[in-house]
Amino acid sequence: MAKPKPARAPKPDPAEGQKRSPMRRGMDTLIFRTMAPYLTALMVLFSVFVLLRGHNQPGGGFIGGLIAASAFAILGIAQGVSAVRRALWFDPTAIAAAGLTVSTLAGLMSLAADVPFMTALWVFPNIFGTEVALSTPMLFDIGVYLVVTGAITTVALALEEREDD
Amino acid sequence: MAASDAPYIFLTLIAPFLAAAIAPLLTRALGHWAALPLALVPAGIFAFFCRALADVQGGQAITGGYLWVPSFNVSYSWLIDGLSLTFVLLISGIGALILLYAGGYLKGHAQQGRFFSFILMFMGSMLGVVVSDSFLMLFIYWELTSITSFLLIGFDHSREASRRAAIQALVVTGGGGLALLAGLILVWNMTGVSTISLLIEYAQAVKASPYFFAALLLILGGAFTKSAQFPFHFWLPNAMEAPTPVSAYLHSATMVKAGVFLLMRLQPVFGDTAAWETILPVFGGATLLAGTVIGLRQTDLKLMLAYTTIASLGLLVMLTGFGTPHALESAVLYLIAHALFKGALFMVAGAIDHEAGTRDITRLGGLWRAMPLTFAAAMLAALSMGGLPPFLGFLAKEEVYEALAGSNPRAIAFTLFAIIGNGLMFALAFAVALKPFIGTERDLPGGHHGAAAGAETGAPPSALPGISPSRGEIGKRHTPHIHEAPALMLIGPLVLALAGLAAGIFSDAFHATFSAPMASAIAHEQRSISISAIPHLSLPFLLSLATVALGVIVYLLLDRAREAAAAALESIGWGPDQGFDQAMRGLVRGSYIITRRIQTGRLETYVMVTFIVIAAALLVPMTTFGEWPAAPLWPVDAGFHELMVFAIAVIGLFAVVFAADRLTAIVSLGIQGFAVAVIFMLYGAPDLAFTQFMVETLSVVILALVMTRLDLQPSDHRHGFERLKDAAIALACGAGFAALLMRAVQVPFNNTLTDFFNQWSKVVAHGTNVVNVIIVDFRGTDTLGEIAVVTITGLAILALIRIRVSGDVKPADNDPERSA
Repeated sequence: MAKPKPARAPKPDPAEGQKRSPMRRGMDTLIFRTMAPYLTALMVLFSVFVLLRGHNQPGGGFIGGLIAASAFAILGIAQGVSAVRRALWFDPTAIAAAGLTVSTLAGLMSLAADVPFMTALWVFPNIFGTEVALSTPMLFDIGVYLVVTGAITTVALALEEREDD
Repeated sequence: MAASDAPYIFLTLIAPFLAAAIAPLLTRALGHWAALPLALVPAGIFAFFCRALADVQGGQAITGGYLWVPSFNVSYSWLIDGLSLTFVLLISGIGALILLYAGGYLKGHAQQGRFFSFILMFMGSMLGVVVSDSFLMLFIYWELTSITSFLLIGFDHSREASRRAAIQALVVTGGGGLALLAGLILVWNMTGVSTISLLIEYAQAVKASPYFFAALLLILGGAFTKSAQFPFHFWLPNAMEAPTPVSAYLHSATMVKAGVFLLMRLQPVFGDTAAWETILPVFGGATLLAGTVIGLRQTDLKLMLAYTTIASLGLLVMLTGFGTPHALESAVLYLIAHALFKGALFMVAGAIDHEAGTRDITRLGGLWRAMPLTFAAAMLAALSMGGLPPFLGFLAKEEVYEALAGSNPRAIAFTLFAIIGNGLMFALAFAVALKPFIGTERDLPGGHHGAAAGAETGAPPSALPGISPSRGEIGKRHTPHIHEAPALMLIGPLVLALAGLAAGIFSDAFHATFSAPMASAIAHEQRSISISAIPHLSLPFLLSLATVALGVIVYLLLDRAREAAAAALESIGWGPDQGFDQAMRGLVRGSYIITRRIQTGRLETYVMVTFIVIAAALLVPMTTFGEWPAAPLWPVDAGFHELMVFAIAVIGLFAVVFAADRLTAIVSLGIQGFAVAVIFMLYGAPDLAFTQFMVETLSVVILALVMTRLDLQPSDHRHGFERLKDAAIALACGAGFAALLMRAVQVPFNNTLTDFFNQWSKVVAHGTNVVNVIIVDFRGTDTLGEIAVVTITGLAILALIRIRVSGDVKPADNDPERSA
């Protein structure tokens, strides 16, 4: 697994655009490059919202993860892979692995409560006067979200990556 | 022993594995002296099980164990009777001596700790084999002995001969183990019992079953391969590539007897039938003769011993199946005697090799002055092997002739076999134990000490006379000073050889303690043995004299006998050893040809085959069973906007097919996908629609990225027939899926699951989005599996993308002819 490459200023070389793929060339507009970080941030925020509402309304970890992965794919197309790696901080494969760990742990927690594996556990703590529903299925869903985000971002970034990137 | 001893028995059975785990650390700390604390483990097991001797005197058994997989009625359970106990004591007792011997033999070897570890693992596996009551436990330990034997034979893995021998032993004995498993499962199905102790009660049911013969053949397949019976004998001489302690322990005293053990164990079940009493003596007799004749030809001490071991195993199999009074008793006596004298002789051969630097009998001589104690041990063991009074070997041979001799043709034939076999073994015993020590002192390569001790001077199995193993020239540079083997290497052969003498002299006590309980356990009825070392004039004694006379003659004419045997064998030319190589080569070659045919390495072929199979799987059953769907009706109640979405989907489809270049086609595929997602949304599946939107988006992005990455031609290069063929396959697949979906919605809808989830989703899982509740709660374990797949797929794709192929590599370029 490649480590995130060190931060590097975009190349000033005007000929750079010529070497890039047709897709990158086509997308390489000023407006897109400027807007992409905001779009990505919005999409990631939206993905978390979709993840959390999933238990009662359309949404959930799978869809949330797909949205987040598209967000990072867009950022990658607009600003290059190294920008995404810097923004993500963690390697996408590590995110996927962490998600799998979280989901497995969510299942294993029920063993500690002496019920079969993957039995849902719920608590309803009262935080600042609001009853908040916390559960192992929610934790599990967060794991799903991280796996989907991590795995698809891994693929997308690897495909976007070029030797000159 | 009482039932409360169960935890201790379990502990003793796993103790060797625990010792194996710490052996490398111990060896790092103590060097070769680690042999002493490690030998305490088998010595302790020996002492522990000596306590049980009194409990099995009358043929009773100690049973016990734990449930392992209760739902399949599989248990970890042991059956310790006279048969098991004698084996346990042989394994642990000889094991302790072998550990000490290995301490001296491999002194200074860089991998000595690993060696100790392997041999202890083997010891644990072998103990497991002989005490197993449950079939599956027996099988697992049985295969563990094959695997540990593989590790030990291949211990010196930098030599090709070692690796070949290890693989050969694993293939033959491991394959036999699979036959055994099949046989045991067949017996399990025939009787419904899965333990040996119960099976013996069902012997009549087994014998009456129509599958009796099949089960017998499968089990014999396991036993004959393990005990190196003709024609599976070839792996054993090759296994002499292993260091000598391994040869002494696995390949003479213990592991190769596992097959004989199994036959003895199942004698009450399969014995006393025509098949049993024909197959066993015939194969055993053939093995006896083949082993001694090929053994006569050898000049390498270890190979001579290896072939006599094969012969002895043949004799044991022959006796186990012979079916006359005294036959089982003689097998018991011979088995114990053989373990003692052959273990001792192997250790002697190793000591000679260690000190003199060669095992070639034509180069050895006059060692008795330098190695008097080794010589004494060798002579004591050889006298037992030759069957001279008052050694245990004599008792065994008398009992053998007592069992075989008779006036019917079968008895006469097998008596003749036994006389020839025993006579040749007599000659070989003294060739190994006497020849190197007497005569003139020779110019010998000298001992190899220190780090070099690990490398075996193994001659190839077909060692030709006169070609001596490696170290000759190196040794001659300094005058070799040959001296007595170190104490660690003397204890083993001396103790074993003296045990053979003691058992012969104190025969009454020996019979009462060991041989009679063992024979009773095998026969599953009370047996007593009375043979003693006092010569008594009888038919067996006369046959013994004939045997000794034959042996002495062959010994005196050994060189000429060797030439005769070599000539006879060369006239045959082909043996199963070459056959094994041919079979393995054929296997590799055949796999290569099949792989070449199936795996062309062309992605187009794979995709085409996949889609043809999908289309066939969809269309063929529907045609065969007349399950075609009724023609769908025009959606009259669809609103205008819905019809428009349908139209967009169809337009997207045409756009894909008629796109000028690939990028346009991919984006057009997105049009069609989005239209479908809108249809999902309009018809009440928001979750599905949502996911479809995201999947479509990402698919288009990723496909486009892949396209740019692969540097394909911008447009489709297919034309003519190829286009037509691909279009037909695509249409068949699409039509198949469409028909399947239409058919599925035309059958009455079963509401059970829908009702269940609607009813319980909110109540049990606190969620109103049923789809999500199913994913994360009701069927959460499925999802866990799926996300694991997603993660692994991501990693796999990453690996594929990162592969940098340099140069022109043809797919499937692994022709065994070229790579070999």
